[in-house]
Amino acid sequence: MIAGLAFYAFSAVLIASAVMVVTSRNPVHSVLYLILAFFNAAALFLIAGAEFLAMILVIVYVGAVAVLFLFVVMMLDIDFARLREGFQRYAPIGAVIGGILFLELVFVLGAWQSSGQAGSLRLNPVPTDVHNTAAIGRVLYTEYVFLFQAAGLILLVAMIGAIVLTHRDRARSRRQDIDVQVARRTQLDMASVPVGASIGELGILRPLPPEEAKPKAVTHGHGHGHDDHGHGGHH
Amino acid sequence: MDSFLNSPIGVLSLTVAQALALLVPLLIGVAYMTWAERKIMAAMQLRKGPNVVGPFGLLQPFADAGKMLMKETIVPTGASRVLFIMAPMLTFVLAMIAWAVIPVNEGWAIADINVGILYLFAISSLGVYGIIIAGWASNSKYAFLGALRSAAQMVSYEVSMGFVIVTVLLCVGSLNLTDIVLAQKGLWFFIPLFPMFIIFFISTLAETNRAPFDLPEGESELVAGFFVEYSAMTFALFFLGEYANMILMSSLTTILFLGGWLPPFDVAPLNWVPGPIWFILKVCFCLFVFVWVRATFPRYRYDQLMRLGWKVFLPISLVWLVLTAAALKIFGWLPA
Repeated sequence: MIAGLAFYAFSAVLIASAVMVVTSRNPVHSVLYLILAFFNAAALFLIAGAEFLAMILVIVYVGAVAVLFLFVVMMLDIDFARLREGFQRYAPIGAVIGGILFLELVFVLGAWQSSGQAGSLRLNPVPTDVHNTAAIGRVLYTEYVFLFQAAGLILLVAMIGAIVLTHRDRARSRRQDIDVQVARRTQLDMASVPVGASIGELGILRPLPPEEAKPKAVTHGHGHGHDDHGHGGHH
Repeated sequence: MDSFLNSPIGVLSLTVAQALALLVPLLIGVAYMTWAERKIMAAMQLRKGPNVVGPFGLLQPFADAGKMLMKETIVPTGASRVLFIMAPMLTFVLAMIAWAVIPVNEGWAIADINVGILYLFAISSLGVYGIIIAGWASNSKYAFLGALRSAAQMVSYEVSMGFVIVTVLLCVGSLNLTDIVLAQKGLWFFIPLFPMFIIFFISTLAETNRAPFDLPEGESELVAGFFVEYSAMTFALFFLGEYANMILMSSLTTILFLGGWLPPFDVAPLNWVPGPIWFILKVCFCLFVFVWVRATFPRYRYDQLMRLGWKVFLPISLVWLVLTAAALKIFGWLPA
């Protein structure tokens, strides 16, 4: 009973938030409703007993894809008045496309037929000794391994393509070469200082110059902070 | 009694009691984490730290909490009100619900689910939403810049964290957190997987926005980053969420690499100590390192942060993952 109630609650929120994705005026709100929709879909997976898919949905779509999506949408500078300018002109075309898609959906669902054996398969007991994570792994890495690898390769190509298209080598930019910096051995020394001792007493810094060797910065009358430096090397 | 516990009401009240038994010590732990951080940093910087309220300043966290409660919650003009209030609540709630699967002792997890580690990974990757929403809803450029930095940072470091977790899972053969701890009975994973342990720990620093990766709140350039507009309880919720996340990440490190509730050696005086004590000690050790790192290292520059995540951690964890898989296969150590 509780599972049934939860199913209807999550489904209702899912549909409501999906509607809000399309209708809300602010695109950031749309993305946030989309995230809520993903969440409820994950909850429905959980109720169906597919806990692995539920978690992967949250990790991949909510945790990574939607974050980047939100990232981009937040930075867009959208003028709502201009966005609605051509609404009346484009509304009929939009309605036609929407209608076609809806009809296709009706045809697909209307032509849905389950095969004769499906009914008997449904009565098979679900194996209790295999978690669905392991079950997915067994199918994915044995029967569908080539399709799986091909999907990975396609994503890799898409990724490389995106990098090639957007990467510009700026010849004038200054690059930091961390290896060179780490390998550099110059006059810097590490000193172990006993707790509480001042570094002046230990003679680690250059000793202060004697009083008469001080630059006569103060008498020139520019800047009062000069004698604080004390080293006298900057004149 | 048995029939009551098996009825829906009984299960519900038992779960609520379990959740309270975990969350109340957790929140007290968060309060004393702030105190301990100030004390440890003070000791490292030859100061005294909080020492006025109560003996050794022990009541300082409660004085701070009282102050936060008394203050006024200010919502800036032009802010998106609902989202502005929702963001700190989201951060806090996400930091709390992750604890549902943490096993403090054998069989002590509130929900001992099959995909525990994936649940934790999912929840921790959601933590970024509180920050992004706060940054956007504040309608302030500092907050917004902090939010953008945080989003990029957390997405980057999740990748290598994922590979580290997969490496551990290869050695365990289960996604269940209890199984992960029990697989370390002979040898804690931080010894065979030492480089992964280091990468994981540094990634958790980045994931919790702690120094040296605290760019989202970098006070020298962004004032306070994403929570610059927050005051009173909304600020306190961010603060609590951040520290609860630190404790959560330390527990995750403990479970994955430091053997959870297991004693270091299964010999007489050590295994008399109850499991939760070991768990808490290990978490405290990780938290101490968090503070130690904060007191020691300067903040990373943004491009250095990205370089470390994508060009150093990602290749190392990827190669180590393949090496681990190969070693397990060749030597026949794959878990059944």
